[in-house]
Amino acid sequence: MADWPLLSVLIWLPIAGSVAVLACGRRAGTARWLTLLLALATFLLSIPLWLHYDAARGGMQFVESHPWIDALRVFYALGVDGIAVALIVLTTFTSVLVIIGAWGSVDTRVSQYMAMMLLLEGMLIGVFAATDALLFYVFFEAMLIPMFILIGIWGGPRRVYATLKFFIYTFLGSIFMLVGLIYLHMKTGEFSMAAFAQATLGSREQFWLFFAFLIAFAIKVPMWPVHTWLPDAHVEAPTGGSVVLAAIMLKVGGYGFIRFSLPITPDASQEYAWVVIAMSLVAVVYIGYVALVQDDMKKLIAYSSIAHMAFVTLGIFIALALVRVHDNPDAARLGMQGAMVQMISHGFVSGAMFSCIGVLYDRLHSRMIRDYGGVANSMPWFAALFVLFAMANCGLPGTSGFVGEFMVVLATFQDNSWVAAVAAFTLIIGAAYTLWLVKRVIFGEVTNPKVAEFDDLDMREWIVLGSFAAAVLFFGIYPKPLTDLMETSVQQLVSALLIAKA
Amino acid sequence: MIEFDPNDLLAILPELVLLGATCVILLVDLFLKPSRRVITHTLSLAALALTSVFVWKGALPAGKGIAAFNGMFLHDGISVILKQFILLTSALAFIYGRNYLRERRLLAGEFYLLVLFATIGMMLLVSAGSLITAYLGLELLALSSYALVALNRESQLSAEAAIKYFVLGALASGLLLYGMSLLYGATGTLDLAGIHGSIGNVAHANLLAVGLVFVVVGVAFKLGAAPFHMWLPDVYHGAPTAVTIFIGSAPKLAAFGLAYRLFEGALGGFGEQWSIMLAVLAVASLAVGNLFAIVQSNLKRMLAYSTISHVGFLLLGFVGSSPAGYAAAAFYAISYVLTAVVAFGMIAVLARAGFEAEEIDDFKGLNQRSPWYAGIMAIAMFSLAGVPPLFGFFAKLLVLKAAIDAGFLWLAIVAIVFAIIGLYYYLRVVKVMYFDAAADAARLPLPADLPLRWVISLNGLALVALGFLWGPLYDWCNLAFGV
Repeated sequence: MADWPLLSVLIWLPIAGSVAVLACGRRAGTARWLTLLLALATFLLSIPLWLHYDAARGGMQFVESHPWIDALRVFYALGVDGIAVALIVLTTFTSVLVIIGAWGSVDTRVSQYMAMMLLLEGMLIGVFAATDALLFYVFFEAMLIPMFILIGIWGGPRRVYATLKFFIYTFLGSIFMLVGLIYLHMKTGEFSMAAFAQATLGSREQFWLFFAFLIAFAIKVPMWPVHTWLPDAHVEAPTGGSVVLAAIMLKVGGYGFIRFSLPITPDASQEYAWVVIAMSLVAVVYIGYVALVQDDMKKLIAYSSIAHMAFVTLGIFIALALVRVHDNPDAARLGMQGAMVQMISHGFVSGAMFSCIGVLYDRLHSRMIRDYGGVANSMPWFAALFVLFAMANCGLPGTSGFVGEFMVVLATFQDNSWVAAVAAFTLIIGAAYTLWLVKRVIFGEVTNPKVAEFDDLDMREWIVLGSFAAAVLFFGIYPKPLTDLMETSVQQLVSALLIAKA
Repeated sequence: MIEFDPNDLLAILPELVLLGATCVILLVDLFLKPSRRVITHTLSLAALALTSVFVWKGALPAGKGIAAFNGMFLHDGISVILKQFILLTSALAFIYGRNYLRERRLLAGEFYLLVLFATIGMMLLVSAGSLITAYLGLELLALSSYALVALNRESQLSAEAAIKYFVLGALASGLLLYGMSLLYGATGTLDLAGIHGSIGNVAHANLLAVGLVFVVVGVAFKLGAAPFHMWLPDVYHGAPTAVTIFIGSAPKLAAFGLAYRLFEGALGGFGEQWSIMLAVLAVASLAVGNLFAIVQSNLKRMLAYSTISHVGFLLLGFVGSSPAGYAAAAFYAISYVLTAVVAFGMIAVLARAGFEAEEIDDFKGLNQRSPWYAGIMAIAMFSLAGVPPLFGFFAKLLVLKAAIDAGFLWLAIVAIVFAIIGLYYYLRVVKVMYFDAAADAARLPLPADLPLRWVISLNGLALVALGFLWGPLYDWCNLAFGV
């Protein structure tokens, strides 16, 4: 297994496949089947990655390294730890479901849509697998192109505005990171993330680098106050685009924090952790209220995503404070572990929620809450699943949404009980906006005659929502496989935080 | 007493070959009917290919250089790499422009001859070892270009552009010449290496400084750096598209060569003075180019302003006055011309007899009409915007790195801020092609010219391939500049 470049295959199979799918041109059926085949193959190939990853040993495994540009010591270097494995499997899993979900709902320029999805999948896997900073950056930026096209062609009425905003906003963040990376290259002479982590940096340098990384990843996560591209992008994106955006692309931001901000600028991260924590708390409370007043379902879920992703950033930076200020590595591990579980769980839950809205949208071509009501009467099965995902979104115990948030709040409590109290506020506000959504859309009288004529889920929708439901329940009841996978890696991450640099 | 070493002829063999071939084409073309112009076309391409072979064969081992004709003519790694890409892009201009000119009955032998003479001028320019050869090469290029812009005699727009180009170009040449005369006055030599050598012990350092300012202005004119860019949008817009393809590409490499020869070759000891001047020019070019490009509705004008902004990026490589910086700037120039020819070439692909396809709106819905060419154009736009994994991104990476390594961190940050602004107008072209509905749903009639279709497709795909395999080209640049 070790001499087989599994990560490269996972990255390049979808990317090469996307070219083949593009070549299908107007033969939509061929394009769909070929894409499904490729996505399934990628998913199946990602399972050995999980099974053969030695979680007890931790660290980077499946390592590949080939010189790319000798003159700059750039390497085509890949490797995964437990966190990356979890995110890659999440990516391949979600991609399959997205492609099945698009089967009937995308019918214009099918081959281009499918090709863009595959391209996006390959690049996302590349981001999670890269251990060379330049390679990471290339994937990090390149994935904007397929998403730009996805929103722009298949999106809603204001898609052009939304997609331009999305592209320029994200590009703005990451290009500052590029300057930071070039600066680090000047210091170390290479682009390897490991070398960056070992570089000695003064506090002034760390300060600038920390904020360069913060801009890049805060926009990607997104954190308040640089979140404004996300609601627009989500509302206008086609269902598949929204699912990938929420389930995977946002995780790249959280992943960036643990790969770049923490190891490279630990001292500045500690010093300015309060900035990130404050931004996260604002997101939890303020964005929660904003979600409450939305009358567009997709926008509501988009804001709820921002609030939930705030737990990821909160967990990461609380862990930093715990280990460096309170000297409490156990609690730090809990916070970090919670943040990582939250990333995976939010991937399933938000992906499922957006898929649900896609199901409704395909029937009525409206995302407005007021156009629905009483959907449970005509679509009982759909209603059952929707309620399940809504519960997971509130963080109900027994669903995956509970595990991560609970761990983060628990860890936060050991740092600062006030912060924990504010963070725990999500349980109320999250329940409020989610349940109110459920009440207005699923239950109540059927006011719109068209809703009464809805057909319940068809086979294809069953596969998508059923798979998400299985994942949400499985990791809610039995998160051990996931936590075991990431345990050692999180521990290594936390102990690396102790090393001061300045 | 001027001595003549017959071996010197070997150093200029490629130029002699191209000159001889051009004279032959000149004669042959006289006897050809317009319907047989394909012979001129083929011969011109063959002449460029043959010259390229001679440049290749005559290349010296790495790190070696010859100063032929008493230092008038330099033959080294830098001249070889620049000449190869000048020849390549000139050939691309022939291929991309032929169909366009034929449909407008402009495909005269003069087009080929003027481009070939301009190419000889550029080759001389990048090999210049003295102020005289630099000026001669520059004028040969410039005079051919003025005539090329006016190729379409019946177009008022072209005539206006040509006059403007000529007047401003002459002014720039005058400024450059005046600066050169001051350099000569201060150092007593026309030889670039001689000027370089005597820069430390000049009696009138102020004279030298004034000369330097004029040289910088003259070179900035030729590069199209703001605030000396006024001619550029009008010329790109007014010239027939086939000519724009040529003027927008290869001469940028030559202008880079000129800048390198003058700033590093002659005034290397003055690096502290000119690097701050170039930094100011870079900021002005980035600002003017990117901000003005946003409001353009004509694609040729937009690309002209984008050229100005790219010149700003190119100058980032110069500010450090280090070989690594020059190598990065050369890489940038090569990457820019290979991308720009695709963007300009696509205008020629879409143009029909009586229809110019030069408005951005003419690209509306191109993805429905021809997904393939929309894809090629999108690649060119993303590459110009500097989005990885395309070629243009790595060029930007290298010049940013050069500026940061040279301690110009602020300049790198200014550059990326303008790169973000610049992103908008490149994305607008992609938006028009992919997100807007086509004005007419008819499929795009493909140009009859098979080589055009094939070569521009390969050229576009090369931008993707070079995004992965840019290492060898970077090594070549480094080798040429002795990094």
